[in-house]
Amino acid sequence: MAAPLVLVVLVAVTVRAVLYRSSLAAFISERVEVASPLNAWKRVVEGLALLDLGVSPYSGAIFHETPLIIYLFHFLIEYAELVFMITDVLTAVALYLAIQDFNKVVFKKQKLLIELDKYAPDVAELIRTPMEMHYIPLKVALFYLLNPYTVMSCVAKSTCAINNTVIAFFILATIKGSAFLSAVFLALATYQSLYPLTLFAPALLYLLQRQFIPIKLKSKSFWLYTMQYAALYLCSLVVIICLSFFLLNSWDFIPSVYGFILSVPDLTPNIGLFWYFFAEMFEHFSLFFVCVFQINVFFYTIPLAIKLKEHPVFFMFVQIAIISIFKSYPTVGDVALYMAFLPVWSHLYRFLRNIFILSCVLIVCSLLFPVLWHLWIYAGSANSNFYYAITLTFNIGQILLVSDYFYAFLRREYYLTHGLHLTRQDGTEAMLVLK
Amino acid sequence: MGLLSDPHCRRALSRLVLRLNTPLCTLSYVAGLGWFLALAFQPLAPRTYMSENAMGSTMVEEQFLFGERALSYAREFAGHKKKAGGMPVAWLEKTMWNLGLEVHRQPFSRTLPFPDETRERYMVKGTNVYGILRAPRAASTESLVLSVPCSEGPHNNQAVGLMLALASYFRGQIYWAKDIIFLVNEHDLLGMEAWLEAYHDVNITEVRSSGTLGRAGAIQAAIALELSSDVITSFDVAVEGLNGQLPNLDLLNLFHAFCQKNGLLCTIQGKLQRSDWDSLPAYAHSLQTLLLMVLAQASGRPHGDHGLFLRYRIEAITLRGINSFRQYKYDMTTVGKTLEGMFRKLNNLLERLHQSYFFYLLPSLSRFVSIGVYMPAFGFLILESRPGLLALVPPLLICHAAGLALYFLPVLGQHVATQHFPVSESEAVVLTVIAIYVAGMALPHNTHRVLAGGGSDRGWMTLKLLALLYLAVQLGCLALLNFSLGFLLAATMVPAAAAVQPNGPKVLLAVLLVLATPAVTLLLGIFLQRELVEAPAAVAEGWQLFLAAVAEGLLQHHLYGSLLFPFLALCAYPCWLLLWNVLFWK
Repeated sequence: MAAPLVLVVLVAVTVRAVLYRSSLAAFISERVEVASPLNAWKRVVEGLALLDLGVSPYSGAIFHETPLIIYLFHFLIEYAELVFMITDVLTAVALYLAIQDFNKVVFKKQKLLIELDKYAPDVAELIRTPMEMHYIPLKVALFYLLNPYTVMSCVAKSTCAINNTVIAFFILATIKGSAFLSAVFLALATYQSLYPLTLFAPALLYLLQRQFIPIKLKSKSFWLYTMQYAALYLCSLVVIICLSFFLLNSWDFIPSVYGFILSVPDLTPNIGLFWYFFAEMFEHFSLFFVCVFQINVFFYTIPLAIKLKEHPVFFMFVQIAIISIFKSYPTVGDVALYMAFLPVWSHLYRFLRNIFILSCVLIVCSLLFPVLWHLWIYAGSANSNFYYAITLTFNIGQILLVSDYFYAFLRREYYLTHGLHLTRQDGTEAMLVLK
Repeated sequence: MGLLSDPHCRRALSRLVLRLNTPLCTLSYVAGLGWFLALAFQPLAPRTYMSENAMGSTMVEEQFLFGERALSYAREFAGHKKKAGGMPVAWLEKTMWNLGLEVHRQPFSRTLPFPDETRERYMVKGTNVYGILRAPRAASTESLVLSVPCSEGPHNNQAVGLMLALASYFRGQIYWAKDIIFLVNEHDLLGMEAWLEAYHDVNITEVRSSGTLGRAGAIQAAIALELSSDVITSFDVAVEGLNGQLPNLDLLNLFHAFCQKNGLLCTIQGKLQRSDWDSLPAYAHSLQTLLLMVLAQASGRPHGDHGLFLRYRIEAITLRGINSFRQYKYDMTTVGKTLEGMFRKLNNLLERLHQSYFFYLLPSLSRFVSIGVYMPAFGFLILESRPGLLALVPPLLICHAAGLALYFLPVLGQHVATQHFPVSESEAVVLTVIAIYVAGMALPHNTHRVLAGGGSDRGWMTLKLLALLYLAVQLGCLALLNFSLGFLLAATMVPAAAAVQPNGPKVLLAVLLVLATPAVTLLLGIFLQRELVEAPAAVAEGWQLFLAAVAEGLLQHHLYGSLLFPFLALCAYPCWLLLWNVLFWK
């Protein structure tokens, strides 16, 4: 299995190396869809220049990276292209290993449930086989490395790639069952971009499941383990933040990174939902609506945790997708991360209903972004409404995609326990309806 | 969500779509074409109106009286031009200087990628001369441009004369709040591109020039003037710019308003507006005008010197004086008054022209069709894809390789071709394009044998689905950038694309598909255009025009960055090859 992976990695690295040398690199790195104010490479360079001059990099309003990133590139600025290629490869490998492990767990669980006769008798065609599961990890790596979104993000040297790597390692550590490493990487991911905070819930659920601790609010061991994991997470977060403080000797980075993420002062157009809305709004309403918009990311965690407590990895996928849709400065690199998970749920394909239309919508939107940008900014014949309309369509497409997967997942689970051929009381074939 | 999540509704819908697929496709295609034809019907196209407040009513009193002076300048210029055998740079500089303008010259040079046979030029050297009238009431932050091309032979002398007379008159007025640049550019579009690049300090094509010395702030609007006779019978206005970009409709409205005020006849696409609208000939007339505009816009060629301004976000139009057999003529004074009025109105602008429409089609000068009305026509045309599945890489790669070859080889291979065959460079380029284009047709129908599951029904269906989606996406994007081109391609390619399959009557489908290829569309477009201007072309002449158009398209791409050729070579042609591949699947 290693040989195809190496091949994929080689192809991915070649594509990136060629693109770095081509004239497209400059064009791509200027695209607002690829580089947001948070992770644009231009801003990293600016921050480094300020640091070299002995000025706090946060003294202007340009730089919004965390101190660890700036120190990372302080030493590696010469090899930036290499660093971004390596982070992409690391992400893919981490996802590959994680999914390999996850598939084993899924298969074992399925075997157990079959032996316990938990499944309905006529669901043989829904049972997953090792044959179809064999290539899934490779497909995940392929989906991540050769996704045009990832390639563009890497060529633009958007630091989003580094966030993705941290999240991928967090997933790997969680699935391998290492509570300590999982907490550390989760803390790092939170430190990098704040929103991965919500991944705490799925990770905890997965680790509990792995330890065979029942998820009951009255059970003592449940609370003990939760406290343990939370303490590990908080301690590592505090350590990382203190480390950042000692690196720069100031707390400047807190408002400039987390304040910037939460209060959304930069309204440069991007593929997210914030910019147009807040550019149009009266100043004195903006605080309220910032809260409303930001709550979206955190809001779905609890209901999802209740509904999907038996399936924490699927929960993780949905949560990552929600983050990338509702975060304040999304880029296509974020989208690429959750898209890498789509092959894992390939067994849901027969239950998906709009996948064809939705993939068309996403492709068309991705192509229309530069076209409408050109019409708005260069030709001057369109205006911001055109671009925002496409942003809106793109996000609706993503939301429908995620909800389609969610519904398909629930439907499959229902069929597994109740049988594939449901009959109504009067004997006709019944149909599941989402209400 | 209702439609998407309720399974009953969905099932019914998809069954309906599948069963009525063919009638629905035909219906939407016919509806699309019908809608387009209806656009030319007068009541559907509202009257144009001025949106910009600053230019609202035509309350300017024009006082330009120096038509005679313009003609004497023109004669003097003609004499010096003949003596110098080109542009009389020194005389122009001296004259402008004497008028009190700040004069600059800008030499430039450009080597074309291959010789241009229609205009007979290869290595071009030239000089642009321009004078800036500094506004007494502002700090040189904004400006207007009046440009006149200095063409070969006796053309355009009157335009230079009128420009100089206007400059001398404008110099005496105190109300200017924007600088006015009077530009005489040599080698028409080449000089214009060189000047614009230097003025904005960018270098996007390979033109070499010394940077300009004098600037006058951001250019708000520009008018290019072409005038070759002492008196005129009408003014023709050209709006289509590079890549089918259009200026703001307000600029056109301004011109139209002043023409009406001064009683000048004005035409668009060489067509005078008819006063009636409810008769059949009147409808045919406005449809003719509309189709001419669509063809002109689809060609992506700048129809006048103004076309290059649009890329820099400067609203611009070209005015052409026409001297025909009509009885009633207008002298230079009236023409000068019209221009004076326009400049004084533009001088009043508080911000860039942004109020009015940028996406429009004009069935006549006083009627327009806005984007909201014409997009449904296009939407109906596109609605023709069918559900299925996707995969397949090799045919895609091969088709794109053919496209890339079509894009790069002609210009790179011209020297090789001229060594081995008895042709000139530009012929070599054009013939290489056609050769690769035709050779591509022989290429791809072997590709699917490389595939494991090739030869099955599933294979061609997925390929066709992919090609149709690809086509729909391309045309959708294109229609936003250049509606006319998107519409023409959709109208020709879509029926063939939807009908193609390996099982049907192969010869018929092959003929249909060949008729739908972009090259044939171009050829037909040329014939249609000649038909519409009432000068039908014979077959041989049409073929010559076709060759010239291919060469022109290539040149436009390399000289000014027109996107038509790369689009056809890199997107439309590979897509068409995919469909060709579907046809010869078995």
